[in-house]
Amino acid sequence: MTRTAIRFEKISKAYRLGQISSGTLSNDIKAWWAKKRGRPNPLLKIGQEEHGNQEGDILWALKDVSFSIGEGAVLGIIGRNGAGKSTLLKLLSRVTAPTDGYIKVKGRIASLLEVGTGFHPELTGRENIYLNGAILGMKRVEIDRKFDEILDFSEVEQFIDTPVKRYSSGMYVRLAFAVAAHLEPEILVVDEVLAVGDAEFQKKSLGKMGDVAQQGRTVLFVSHNMSSILRLTHEAIVLEKGCVVKRGPSSEAVDYYLSAGNSRAGERIWEDEEVPADAAPFRPLGVRICDKSGTVVETIRSIEPFSIEVEYRLSAPLTGLRIGVYIGTARGEYVLTSFDTDDEHRFEKHGVRPAGHYVSRCVIPPDLLNGGRYFLGVNASSYRVRRYFMDEQALTFNVNSSGAPGKQWIEARPGLIRPRLDWKIETR
Amino acid sequence: MPDIVMDNSEIDLIDPEKWDMIIGPQRNLLDLRLQELWHARDLVLLFVRRDFVSIYKQTILGPLWYLIQPLLTTIVFTVVFGNIAKLPTDGLPSFLFYMSGTLIFTYFASSLSKTSETFANNAHLFGKVYFPRLAVPVSILISNLIAFVIQFGFFLAFIGYFYLRGTSIHMNWWVLFTPVLLLMMAGLGLGFGIIVSSLTTKYRDLRFLVQFGVQLLQYVTPVIYPLSAMSPKYQALIRLNPLTSVVEAFRYAYLGSGSVNMVQLGYTFFIMLIAITIGVVIFNRVEATFMDTV
Repeated sequence: MTRTAIRFEKISKAYRLGQISSGTLSNDIKAWWAKKRGRPNPLLKIGQEEHGNQEGDILWALKDVSFSIGEGAVLGIIGRNGAGKSTLLKLLSRVTAPTDGYIKVKGRIASLLEVGTGFHPELTGRENIYLNGAILGMKRVEIDRKFDEILDFSEVEQFIDTPVKRYSSGMYVRLAFAVAAHLEPEILVVDEVLAVGDAEFQKKSLGKMGDVAQQGRTVLFVSHNMSSILRLTHEAIVLEKGCVVKRGPSSEAVDYYLSAGNSRAGERIWEDEEVPADAAPFRPLGVRICDKSGTVVETIRSIEPFSIEVEYRLSAPLTGLRIGVYIGTARGEYVLTSFDTDDEHRFEKHGVRPAGHYVSRCVIPPDLLNGGRYFLGVNASSYRVRRYFMDEQALTFNVNSSGAPGKQWIEARPGLIRPRLDWKIETR
Repeated sequence: MPDIVMDNSEIDLIDPEKWDMIIGPQRNLLDLRLQELWHARDLVLLFVRRDFVSIYKQTILGPLWYLIQPLLTTIVFTVVFGNIAKLPTDGLPSFLFYMSGTLIFTYFASSLSKTSETFANNAHLFGKVYFPRLAVPVSILISNLIAFVIQFGFFLAFIGYFYLRGTSIHMNWWVLFTPVLLLMMAGLGLGFGIIVSSLTTKYRDLRFLVQFGVQLLQYVTPVIYPLSAMSPKYQALIRLNPLTSVVEAFRYAYLGSGSVNMVQLGYTFFIMLIAITIGVVIFNRVEATFMDTV
């Protein structure tokens, strides 16, 4: 029997929504004094109700979560935005305390919610390695011992005595990751920090993660990227609205995740609480897949065109906004990315989008996708300014390839796309 | 080896397994977790180094600022309070009188104002990784202590200079008491600093209060006047200030004027203990859920 490394016992975490207090001491004292005398709070607008600690104001980010992880297991955690993934990580990292329940841990735990935490721009690379290492829980002697290895991994030897504010962002991230990668805890908790750096470095980082797992350490890995979940973890749990809804082998969990939780088949609607507060002024309303007659469908035929509609509201005008859609396979490979202002004229025409209610719609031509299961992602951003909103797996849909080219042979065709190519057969 | 054990009092004792760490909803509020802090001593020292290096990088005078600040303050005080206002200085050269007061008061003032920003300035760091949060205020006390030692050397040099010129200065055995005086100043700065820093997570306006409260505090501390120059009524009032006895004792030890009052020092020590106790309780409370409120 393997030993348990981490056990979650009925963990709950509540957040109070809205204003925690009026923010100034004098106002709080006024409100308290008024309450004491049984008068209405003078700071509330007329007609506004007093709502103190009522249930309605409380958001349970995690509710009664219990599970355990065996020593040496590599567990993936998946879930939508707001499902409780990051809360779970924060609790485990002891950044914030649970409202209820206990987490019991065996062994030293290191968590990477971000790389380069505590880097100081004025300090040199060398000084930052020590500082960052210590923040992450390493002792000085430990860092001394691993210094050369870290330096080697980071590929920034020449600049090690230069202040990191002069580093390119790539160098900065490489150095930061190098420190993190050389922590040697028994338990490693990783957020999506692997999504950093250039492709080459990402590969290296993933490799390092794989090594860690091979060495028999316990790893908790949270990611949106289904292919790295599948590659790195054996087992995964799916979180939904603060509860564990599925636990199983990674491939099963990924399938469950990709097919569950939509508002209805072929459509995804975002409720208020699912939209991060920092998305404003952008507010996603929904995304849907429609067949050529305009009906929302979950399964489309590959030989017919279909359209993707993204509906959203802007509470303030936005400059340079672009709404993007991704299509990817259930295994996490991307098939295409497209933005509503890809076209140059449209880009100029919609330079500033005034506040209002919008639908961005595009038509996917027939004979493009191969049969199978796909996900659709949505992104709203202003290039190099800000990303307002992103949901990489907003919904999933099926493509039925009946009638597609080559259907006379009943066999699965490898490949993401299944275009109708104009073959010529000539005799020479 | 249990690395860190946190509040396992409520946990069912039936659990046969041995855990290294238990994360629960609320920890013991009085627990300073000094052992944990000791494990993080490398981190504390690196914080000290970071503060030291980063403040003076890209300045022309660099660490000389540690000397310029008290020197300029002393000169201004000497001119304004000594030469223009002609406040009494117990027969001491006004320069040394003001410097002694400024030096020890500044150690408290800068410890307080810096530690009071612990949560506000480290919100990002605290939100991403756990380490004993007390490492930050403790590193601030150490940074300030280093600054104090540099300034103190400067002060001794001036004492030597005045002595050689024939001014009568009665340095005495109370100088051996200096570490205790510093400890009390550090304790008061830490205690009040962490109280304020914990409260500022909720009430931002306290930050402004501290900035200017410290300035006002200087006037009810015998920094620019000797306690003996006050009428008994005001003396009693000023004695309520826990800093008074420390400033007076420091001045007495090095310059031979002022007073050492053990009852007063005891009172200061008591206030310090209360401030630290309250500070730790609030700090522990805030630390656990601080990230949910910012």
